[in-house]
Amino acid sequence: MFTIRCPYCGERDQSEFSNGGEAHVARPKDPEQISDREWSEYVFIRANPKGIYYERWVHTHGCKKWFNAVRNTSTDEILKVYKIGENPPPLKEFKNTIKTPSGEPDVGSGNFSVKKP
Amino acid sequence: MKKKYSIYSLVKNSLSDNQNWKKMWRNPEPRKFYDVIIVGGGGHGLGTAYYLAKEHGLKNIAVIEKGWLGGGNTGRNTTIIRSNYLWDESAHLYEHSLKLWENLSAELNYNIMFSQRGVLNLAHNEHDVKEIRRRVSANKLNGIDSEWVDPNQIKKLVPIMNTENCRYPVLGASYQPRAGVARHDAVAWGYAMRADELGVDIIQNCEVKKIRTAKGKVQGVETSKGFIRSNRVGVVASGHTSVLAATAGIKLPLQSKALQALVSEPIKPVINTVVMSNAVHAYVSQSDKGELVIGAGTDGYNSYTQRGGYNIIEDTIRAIVELYPIFGKMKMLRQWGGIVDITPDASPILSKCEVEGLYFNCGWGTGGFKATPGSANVFAHTIAKNKAHKINAPFSVDRFVSGRLVDEHGAAAVAH
Repeated sequence: MFTIRCPYCGERDQSEFSNGGEAHVARPKDPEQISDREWSEYVFIRANPKGIYYERWVHTHGCKKWFNAVRNTSTDEILKVYKIGENPPPLKEFKNTIKTPSGEPDVGSGNFSVKKP
Repeated sequence: MKKKYSIYSLVKNSLSDNQNWKKMWRNPEPRKFYDVIIVGGGGHGLGTAYYLAKEHGLKNIAVIEKGWLGGGNTGRNTTIIRSNYLWDESAHLYEHSLKLWENLSAELNYNIMFSQRGVLNLAHNEHDVKEIRRRVSANKLNGIDSEWVDPNQIKKLVPIMNTENCRYPVLGASYQPRAGVARHDAVAWGYAMRADELGVDIIQNCEVKKIRTAKGKVQGVETSKGFIRSNRVGVVASGHTSVLAATAGIKLPLQSKALQALVSEPIKPVINTVVMSNAVHAYVSQSDKGELVIGAGTDGYNSYTQRGGYNIIEDTIRAIVELYPIFGKMKMLRQWGGIVDITPDASPILSKCEVEGLYFNCGWGTGGFKATPGSANVFAHTIAKNKAHKINAPFSVDRFVSGRLVDEHGAAAVAH
């Protein structure tokens, strides 16, 4: 459970929002030309990283507007919120917030192998 | 079997104050090379290693687990076991599993406390009634014990249920008497102990960081205890499968989300079956300790945090209290989350992939525990023969290219 800063309404509880999955997924320009495998990738395969994730949210119980966010899926920390149509912020802007190779946070995790004894 | 549990061993060890029980499995250092490496020491992974050793005669096997055995979704689920799925493909897979469950305590000589107390799947509207009646018929055609029960019969089975004076009255249910629950930790421990006896190395607190491949073949795994070579790697890592697959350059149609469960304070027996409801999203059973075991829906965003939002628990508790007003003043003791890997069709992936020697057992989403023995059994076959068993052939990852999906959103019973 966390709060999200809606670019139109300000900070609200996450339960007011609905998640729209990965952001910036482009529909293939020439769907009739591409192979079944490429079509399958567009329809079924979405990024599922542990760490930096570009995603869409909609303020369902608020202004009902869509927007994009950058979130660290290993901590649920929202690193940036930006409007639809704006360019995604580059990945390197957030790299230093990820401490371990697997993106595992050092607290609140069952992963002992990355913790110091 | 070396460690035999019986009434005699219980008495003998109680006389020495239970100080002389043997360790259930070794804690070996990893070797340089294994014939097969299983990544993930949950029920499915340990079971796979057990069946590889027992049914396929492989000796040099390792199970690598980043935390402790059964500490992931094996120890976080609500322990429900059933096989009343709609499509033939799923019915065969889950029924194969249920048949193995029925004999598992005896096979492992370890009490997994499998209790066939039945499951009710409730219908709250006309559409539910039609859909569930259809599923009952499909189950019967597949030889699965499933029957339609009306509200009077439900009242007999679960007298405390409020079937009439609620926002969504109960119009009937499907009932599978052979369904039930089992002790999930014991499943992991039982498989681990017997796999260990068959020579499987179980390596805990060792994280696989990368699956190393070269020229389209798997070379081994890089771990926090160094590189371990192997020609065959089976990944059984539930919510973290996407992360591992990405290290081998493979994209899978999986989304990882938190799924929450909670238990109440223990009370005397009030509910002696498992009751699930898709429409209002409430499912509950009572553990042998007397706690109510309640499962919530998934949180609606990708996450690896093993937590989840309070609003999701509130939704499910609201429905539980409406269905069982008697629970209104009970207190909840513990809540937790597990990271589940959800596929677009709510069916698992048990498959080879484009990298030779790399196998995936994933995508169980919100309901993998019930499949543990069956999944492990056919996955072991897939790894040993490099070819899918006829039961898991329809669950190849290629179905997302061919379009031959096994859509089980209805039978999966958990909102996602």
